[in-house]
Amino acid sequence: MAKIYSTKIVANKALKPKKETVSFLLNYSKALSIIKVKSFSFEIMAN
Amino acid sequence: MANNIQLPDSLLIKNYVEGDESALTILINRHQSKIFGFIYSKISDRDISNDIFQDTFIKVIKTLKSRAYNEEGKFLPWVMRIAHNLIIDHFRKNKKMPMYRETEEFSIFSIMSDDSLTIENQIIKDQVEIDVKKLIEELPADQKEVLMMRMYQDMSFKEISEITGVSINTALGRMRYALMNMRKVIEKHQIVLTN
Repeated sequence: MAKIYSTKIVANKALKPKKETVSFLLNYSKALSIIKVKSFSFEIMAN
Repeated sequence: MANNIQLPDSLLIKNYVEGDESALTILINRHQSKIFGFIYSKISDRDISNDIFQDTFIKVIKTLKSRAYNEEGKFLPWVMRIAHNLIIDHFRKNKKMPMYRETEEFSIFSIMSDDSLTIENQIIKDQVEIDVKKLIEELPADQKEVLMMRMYQDMSFKEISEITGVSINTALGRMRYALMNMRKVIEKHQIVLTN
């Protein structure tokens, strides 16, 4: 019986950010509008 | 939605810039593992990795919404570059190198050790060296001379033979007898010379 000498994988391959983080980003994106006026850029958050 | 999953990044970005928020959901779902995995591989802390992931996409969203992103079919490398820069900022801010936390599978002490002697062991080592020197003093002069040159002055037997004016074989023989005599004295007096 062959022995397996490979080391254990420490980190989980399927690493994902928290659902809350993704949810925050999607809500942030929905709320954010950026308006450019000439050389100025205005960020507007719809709250 | 199911059809959108097959859409290339470039088209999803175009749709997102034009106001389709669901395109961002697909982009995040598509690349989150790679980006988060990359950040986590450098940071090794889930909470901080989440913060950096969030900051990365805030920059992405702002750039896309301000139509400052120039699509060249390299969305993922671009996001990775932003994440990379934020990781560097994180380490700069904390003024320290990556910190490894102890986990069940990995202990930093398994690859790090302090090889220097403890105070007790240093005292024992000093004592052993003093004892050995005393033993050497008891040797006949010719043997002592060869042993001192070889062990303390790190000379070769060729050099020893030249200096002492004897053949190499004689020098080797004197060294051999010196060691045998020392062993005899050690055994006779039951001297412990181990650390």
